[in-house]
Amino acid sequence: MSVIEGTSTTPTTVEQPSWRRQLLGFSVIWAIVGAAIGYAVFHWIGTKIAKGNLAQTTSDQDDVAVLLGLLGATIGWLIGLGFLNYPVSRMLGRPPSLYERQEHGVWRYFRLCTDHKVVAMQYFVGVLFFFFVGGMNAMLIRGELTSTHGSFIPAGNYLTLVSLHGTMMLMMMSAGVIGPLGNWLVPIMIGARRMAFPRIEALTLWLTVLAGFVLLGAIFLGGFPTGWTGYAPLSDQARAGMDCYLVSFALIGIALALVGLNLLVTVMTLRAPGMHWNRLPIFVWSMVTTSILAVLAAPVLFAVLFMAMLDRTVDTSFFLASGGGSPFLWDNLFWFFGHPEVYILALPGFGIVLEILPVFARKPLWGYRLAVAGMFGVALLSFMVWQHHLFVSGINANLRPFYMFTTELISIPTGIIFLIGMGTLWRARIRYTVPMLFSLAFFFNFLIGGLSGVYLSDVPSDVTTHGSYFVMAHFHYTIMGGLVFALMGGLYYWLPKMTGVKLNERLAKIHFWGMFVFFNLTFAPLFAAGLLGMPRRVSSYNASLHNLNVFVSIAAFCLGTSMLVFLINLVWSFLVRRTPAEPNPWLSKSLEWQLPTPVPVYNFERIPVITSAPYGYGVPDAPPVADFGPPGIAPARPAIAPEGGTA
Amino acid sequence: MSAVAGEVAGGPPGEPRHGVRIFAIWAVVTAILVPVMIWLVGPHLPPSDSTSTASRDQHEINVLLTALGTPVLLMVWVYFGYAAAVFRQRGPEVVDGPPIEGNPQIQITWLVVTTTLVLGLAVLGTVDLFGEAGTGGGEGPAPIAKPADASSAMQIQVIGQQWLWTFRYPGYGGIETPYLYLPVNREVVFHVTSLDVDHSFWAYELGVKADAIPGNDNVAYVKPSQVRTFQIRCAELCGLWHGHMTSIGRVVSQSDFTSWITQQQNKLAGVTKQLPPYSLIYYPAPIRRSG
Repeated sequence: MSVIEGTSTTPTTVEQPSWRRQLLGFSVIWAIVGAAIGYAVFHWIGTKIAKGNLAQTTSDQDDVAVLLGLLGATIGWLIGLGFLNYPVSRMLGRPPSLYERQEHGVWRYFRLCTDHKVVAMQYFVGVLFFFFVGGMNAMLIRGELTSTHGSFIPAGNYLTLVSLHGTMMLMMMSAGVIGPLGNWLVPIMIGARRMAFPRIEALTLWLTVLAGFVLLGAIFLGGFPTGWTGYAPLSDQARAGMDCYLVSFALIGIALALVGLNLLVTVMTLRAPGMHWNRLPIFVWSMVTTSILAVLAAPVLFAVLFMAMLDRTVDTSFFLASGGGSPFLWDNLFWFFGHPEVYILALPGFGIVLEILPVFARKPLWGYRLAVAGMFGVALLSFMVWQHHLFVSGINANLRPFYMFTTELISIPTGIIFLIGMGTLWRARIRYTVPMLFSLAFFFNFLIGGLSGVYLSDVPSDVTTHGSYFVMAHFHYTIMGGLVFALMGGLYYWLPKMTGVKLNERLAKIHFWGMFVFFNLTFAPLFAAGLLGMPRRVSSYNASLHNLNVFVSIAAFCLGTSMLVFLINLVWSFLVRRTPAEPNPWLSKSLEWQLPTPVPVYNFERIPVITSAPYGYGVPDAPPVADFGPPGIAPARPAIAPEGGTA
Repeated sequence: MSAVAGEVAGGPPGEPRHGVRIFAIWAVVTAILVPVMIWLVGPHLPPSDSTSTASRDQHEINVLLTALGTPVLLMVWVYFGYAAAVFRQRGPEVVDGPPIEGNPQIQITWLVVTTTLVLGLAVLGTVDLFGEAGTGGGEGPAPIAKPADASSAMQIQVIGQQWLWTFRYPGYGGIETPYLYLPVNREVVFHVTSLDVDHSFWAYELGVKADAIPGNDNVAYVKPSQVRTFQIRCAELCGLWHGHMTSIGRVVSQSDFTSWITQQQNKLAGVTKQLPPYSLIYYPAPIRRSG
């Protein structure tokens, strides 16, 4: 086994610790214990600090104590996982702990591990778990809406459900592609052995998982009523569940910024020789643009959440009009993050489908450079549109034409993605595999999502639809119809390589058709509900909308069932009938598919020399994508390969 | 679409003229569905073309966007549908397609077409916004798009609070009532504000939507043109009973309005004396931790 890049003095392998060490060493169990101790200690300190403060102690819950407790829980969680082992041993002058570099064994998956493939699988399981929690919330919401005036959930709990669903999905889906697929694929696709900062990579994962649990903790602290947007001053009224929202979203903000930074540095510095920028797989480009958004937008989120924490604890009045602040401050800062966030959710989807299309169309990606330009166009414009969320809020009316213009401009780079897809399919030889079906469904759904966005971008039309179910249907078409369909396609495409296990195709097809049909049956009628005047986030609505809502609820339950088929497929394929996957079942030309399955710990025996772009389908005498370097012989400089895949 | 046809011209002989076929299918489907969208679906698009000036403006632009969006939607769907049906590989063998890596002509044509559409939409939206008195949307404290008769408009203050709308008529002694009556065919200017958290005043049939933000005076213009009732809702999440923050407003004739407001003035005279003086914004003490 070769040495880790750049650290040639480090031992090449790490000894397998004994089972006792496995059980008692730093792991997720100790992380939970650490979090509990941290919460208790800091909560106690918080109650001492808040003693005598009337605003805190006369309420039923003490925000100072809860916020400090959650901070303590975060610190305890990270110590329990062993994040301090390395810096502390370095500070004490001891040899650094290489515990997290352990190379074999199932235990790696239950603790801090810096192998990017392990982190990616941990991300996959974590994100999937919280995705299903968020999905269960959605099922309960739809159950409640089968009656016009609330059926079985008290109104306060209903708002908490809506808020949990929205926040959980937004948080987990922003990590949903960049976490599992980004961390797994980017190093391999660029011919590297690891991410630039493996420990930061692991940190983002454990912060994301903790954020999910902290958010669920809101249930035990009275819930929170604000939805995922957390508008002040409603958030200032809310009980201590709001603190869980603030802390969990802040943790996600930190994780997003760090994961973006890590990916950017990785792609900039760790590309294999010959991996020129114009040979970079389109998925890597989508991760680069997503990372730029994450790095620039997430710190603003953190700042605005911190201001809300101060408003709730030390009685500042950033967002209180009566104290000289303004609710618009929250709105603007939140959406300055919130709109790039929307594209943090969209761009990875573009990358996945454009990566899958050429493989099953058996054609090169059409217009590679234009696709990259389109992604950068989306990324750039996404910072200039945020006030379209505030068209009727009473912002300076002079600004509205500008934001209408920039918002409509964004449909040009988004349209490019459609053109690339259409060009790639031109005279193609399409094979209808499950990833391809999901990719085609992506275009079907995302087009509806995009065109409904045109109504919302136009100020006069937005007056009709703003704050109604039309908006809700619109962003579910873009995020669920777009990103989640792309993610599912990506998972069916790459999971066989990531896990070495073949997924059951029959179940996969049932999953796809169920999800596609019932997704559209659920969300298309909601456009109508919005146009007929149903506001978002209500538990009681006009009696004339009853039949429509019952129909949507039934469709939503079927949609939920189709997601269960996915879960059943995972259980069936991984636990019941385990069939090993072939190294390259899709006959793809991408670098990752040329590696053996399962991929070795350090990915490449020797760092490969990239000889062509990964989309050389149908190109006569196309060179192999990379020279993996025969052992013992220094890889020769490659002959100059045709610059494939460029428009 | 001519660009796609151009691609075909360079295609190999013996291959069917896919571009022409796609264009023909699209033309037929568009010719059928665009009139359907305009004349069958269009009249049902909200808010309504007859209840007020604002609702008519919004209705018109909603129909227009639908008429413009339908051909775009159909073009992409027809293309994908055709590609999915015709460009498929039957049987198990894996065959590579032609290695076409791009076509600058098509790319430029596409960019030009989408840019034209987008610029047209933006110009149209802006013209509508300024030409039509803000089309019923909240314009903030200093509106720039005003109706011609803005100076004679009847001022009504809309106050949102958890979870109730109240209305003050400063022209009638500043009375505050939970009922909203509007005289027909008279310009109304709503001043929307809130006492606690963010709300959004949504008079659905009138096509008025303006957020009620504490410490902000949000102005919206509308001229009702039909005697009728209309739904009032809250369109911004405002806490526990957000969904119940509804009310029924009435557009009545001028004489009915006069008799109603006189009756209210007399009935509420005692209450009005206790009210804080009329102001565009109010700063009540914040309610914290009310659950």
